[in-house]
Amino acid sequence: MKNEYVPQLSEIREVIPHTDLEYTFRMAWEGPEVKPGQFFELSLPKYGEAPISVSGIGEGTLDFTIRRVGKVTNEIFENYVGDRLFIRGPYGNGFDLEQFRGKELTVIAGGTGLSPVRGVVDYFARHKEECESCTLIAGFKSPKDILFKEDFAFWKNRISVVLTVDSAPEGYEGSVGMVTKYIPELTFQNPQNAAFICVGPPVMIKFSTLELLKLGVKEEQIWISHERKMCCGLGKCGHCKIGGTYVCLDGPVFNYTEGKDLLD
Amino acid sequence: MGYQLSKQQAAEMFQKLSKTYDLFAPVRKKGEGCFSDTDVIRYEKVSSPEEIAWEAKSDYSFKEALLPINETLFYFTEDETLVPKAPAKARLVFLRSCDLHGVKRLDEIYLKNGYEDYYYARIRTQTKFVLMGCPSSCQSGFCVSMGTNRSDEYDAYLKPAGEVLYADFHCPQLEAYAAETGAAQAGVTPDYVTENHEKVTLPKKLSNESFSNKIWEEYGNRCIGCGRCNFVCPTCTCFTMQDIFYRDNEKNGERRRVWASCQVDGYTDMAGGLSFRKSQGDRFRFKVMHKIYDYEKRFGYPMCVGCGRCDDVCPEYISYANCVNRLAKEEEAHEE
Repeated sequence: MKNEYVPQLSEIREVIPHTDLEYTFRMAWEGPEVKPGQFFELSLPKYGEAPISVSGIGEGTLDFTIRRVGKVTNEIFENYVGDRLFIRGPYGNGFDLEQFRGKELTVIAGGTGLSPVRGVVDYFARHKEECESCTLIAGFKSPKDILFKEDFAFWKNRISVVLTVDSAPEGYEGSVGMVTKYIPELTFQNPQNAAFICVGPPVMIKFSTLELLKLGVKEEQIWISHERKMCCGLGKCGHCKIGGTYVCLDGPVFNYTEGKDLLD
Repeated sequence: MGYQLSKQQAAEMFQKLSKTYDLFAPVRKKGEGCFSDTDVIRYEKVSSPEEIAWEAKSDYSFKEALLPINETLFYFTEDETLVPKAPAKARLVFLRSCDLHGVKRLDEIYLKNGYEDYYYARIRTQTKFVLMGCPSSCQSGFCVSMGTNRSDEYDAYLKPAGEVLYADFHCPQLEAYAAETGAAQAGVTPDYVTENHEKVTLPKKLSNESFSNKIWEEYGNRCIGCGRCNFVCPTCTCFTMQDIFYRDNEKNGERRRVWASCQVDGYTDMAGGLSFRKSQGDRFRFKVMHKIYDYEKRFGYPMCVGCGRCDDVCPEYISYANCVNRLAKEEEAHEE
């Protein structure tokens, strides 16, 4: 019987700073195949574990984009140089790329919400022929909070990208406004064949899906990803439970038909 | 096969059992209750029938015999982890019918529901259960309403009566201990209650719409979020991870899990400040819905076993049983 609670040490191969608060940690990984949208429990002895989404899947590496907001993540930021972290996973269902093949895919992401879905966007940016079209609407608080700038530079030549910030200092040349501002502008060749992924803070998911429904999008065309406190990731500790649903096992990715009924 | 053991034979059986098993049973602890001059009955290791509180329901359930209040998952050294060894001895856990039904709920979460839990599984496979009968109903239990008043899934059944101890066995290994003492055979069937003082009707049509019921706010105003109802419950299984480090050597420490309560602040707090179910009313609703609706939706039978301990322990005298009955009544009234 495997003891799922025991983590393995993983070497930090590279650290990619995005902002003062958000870095991507590229970790060594040998193990089962990992899907975008799945998560790992990352830990530092003494400070505890935190569930972190996989933001990139490479050859023998996994990326974790970590926002410095809590006890564990603060410590990870202090201690990374040449160091190792304990990791266990992958957990959760993740995004199934099959569901988006051949579709007119729109990904709406807010802040670090881009991390779990980055793998999906990047895949279709590199394999444009595998989907009908791919559009990314990504929102950040301000220009200094923008993550994955190199990816945006790459993506914008391959797929349709709206990179917006909630507010910006005067003179900022990019788009300004909430992601919801850009949803009504979406057009489709065949609305029946459209698919949507919406990831970000709960409020953003709520209002973005409302905008999509206003466009006449059907609930089953929308996928969302939830974040909750998780101590185990294994369906045991109870913290992520919403009604009869365990976000760690049944999610974190939900079709909206299911996800909309998850009320805390 | 049933047996009647004399006092001496019973003592001999317990003595021999104790060599192979750790016996966990409810023990009355004099004067250690919450209030002055009150006792508390909770689980401890025993080695004789006299130590066991046969006469009353335990205040805390059996679950700490399988799920310690805090459990070391592994020790850390600088870059290694070490998992503590499994308990050396197998376990015999003494419990009542409601609690034996509770074991099924613990198994559902810890052995199934996703991954198998290494720590629970290794104790559970080494555990046998001894049923303690209920000749009469406790004050707050509603096992008959929940269908948990009887259980045949015991390994042994024991019942003291005056100077003798009656025993029945489903487990041949345990039966051998009784037979060995030369005890006389006897027809023994477990005592169980057929009627409780407390009766509960489950509402049939709970849904997300039940969220707007005013009842939650009302109970929320009374609840102080102490979490005692969760800790006495034989079916509550939540825990939180905790890392601790030794003061003498900060490079070494351990990761533990400790019992958690969905009623207590911090249960849903995420790094970065997000949290869910901030009001006590929301938390109370979450708990009640879990016990009688959400769990059933997932696993096909209600979670609550009707032991009534949550009602006994609540410092605000909130009756969960009454809450459930009110929900059912409202539903009925609504239909008329």
